[in-house]
Amino acid sequence: MAEFLNRIATKGDAAAFRDLFEIYAPRVKAYMMRQGADPATAEELAQETLLTVWRKANLYSGDRGNATTWIFTIARNLRIDKLRKETTWVELPEGRDEEASDDPLPDERAEVKERQKRVQAALAQLPADQHEVVVLSYIEGLTHSQIAERLRLPLGTVKSRMRLAYLKIREAVEDLK
Amino acid sequence: MTIAHHPGLENLMSCSAGSMPEAFAAVMASHIGMCPVCRMELVLMHDIGVELFSSLAPSPLAGKIPIMAMHRAEAETGGNAAPGRSPDGLTAGGMPVILVQYAGDELDKVAWRRLAPGVQHFPIALSAGAKGNLRLLKIAAGRAIPAHGHRGSELTLVLRGSFRDETGLYGVGDVADHFDETEHQPVADPEGGCVCLVASEKKFRFKSVVAKLFQPFTGL
Ligand SMILES: [Zn+2]
Repeated sequence: MAEFLNRIATKGDAAAFRDLFEIYAPRVKAYMMRQGADPATAEELAQETLLTVWRKANLYSGDRGNATTWIFTIARNLRIDKLRKETTWVELPEGRDEEASDDPLPDERAEVKERQKRVQAALAQLPADQHEVVVLSYIEGLTHSQIAERLRLPLGTVKSRMRLAYLKIREAVEDLK
Repeated sequence: MTIAHHPGLENLMSCSAGSMPEAFAAVMASHIGMCPVCRMELVLMHDIGVELFSSLAPSPLAGKIPIMAMHRAEAETGGNAAPGRSPDGLTAGGMPVILVQYAGDELDKVAWRRLAPGVQHFPIALSAGAKGNLRLLKIAAGRAIPAHGHRGSELTLVLRGSFRDETGLYGVGDVADHFDETEHQPVADPEGGCVCLVASEKKFRFKSVVAKLFQPFTGL
């Protein structure tokens, strides 16, 4: 995917954009619908997300994070802005090397891949009740209180399930840090 | 700056997900700007979001792919891709960088309004639909902070000075993350007082605050 972005960035390559659009727009639309948008709004937001990618492709540095991460970040911010009509206070980190601007070492990309694989596996292995609250938070955009209401659980239970889920995932990647 | 009290990991996750109520997200973001430890956690938390996003079943689009006829000259060259961060997230005047547009860049020049003896505040307006509220709170030395049995969550970040309660001493950068019903009676530093950024779920209950403040302060 990163190569598409680089082609868009360096050549304004419309064909590369089409490919990227076909892969990501339906996923962003699905995300927006899960976040509570109706299909038409979700589609508009998916278009807007990908148009932002087009406009800002030159700001994307291919060897920095992966394209999915970047596109998800744009979608997440757009959702706060357009669906919730709130300020995006917490900007997501661009990557592990945020403090330094120097290029990552060659093996860092392999490490990123490995980390993603482990996160994926750890997520899949979470107990169902922990997985559920994580999905409700990230994909359905619910606050802890809303999750508690939805699941008829005490707020403290929701919070501790979130925490436990995270600690397991963190443990799975600990040695990569 | 040594930060001893971080917000709960579950709250950081909520920030990463973009699911934090706005007032709380503002306090979290201010802390995150000051805290490399929490920034590192956020990197991994973001991976979780990306992973869940990637595993969504795609929802086909009804419309066509927009034709990209835009000339490269129209493309953005700048923009807000990477938010600027000062090393510790605060201005020289002690204000979280992200709050400058709301409250100015110096704590000393905030248009404080008197709330009660020894207590001043400066409410920060949130987006129209946002629940809860956000304010800067300035407490005189040794004064009890207008706290209460918590009815709803509350998140407090120290920007200057310190306060102490049953759970410990909170200095600059520390976050008191309370969502429970426990009674807290935080007391501002006896020397310098303290300035905090506070998000609370419920409207400030002014009456009870004043009542609390007039209760004689029984020392440490
Ligand atoms: Zn922290």
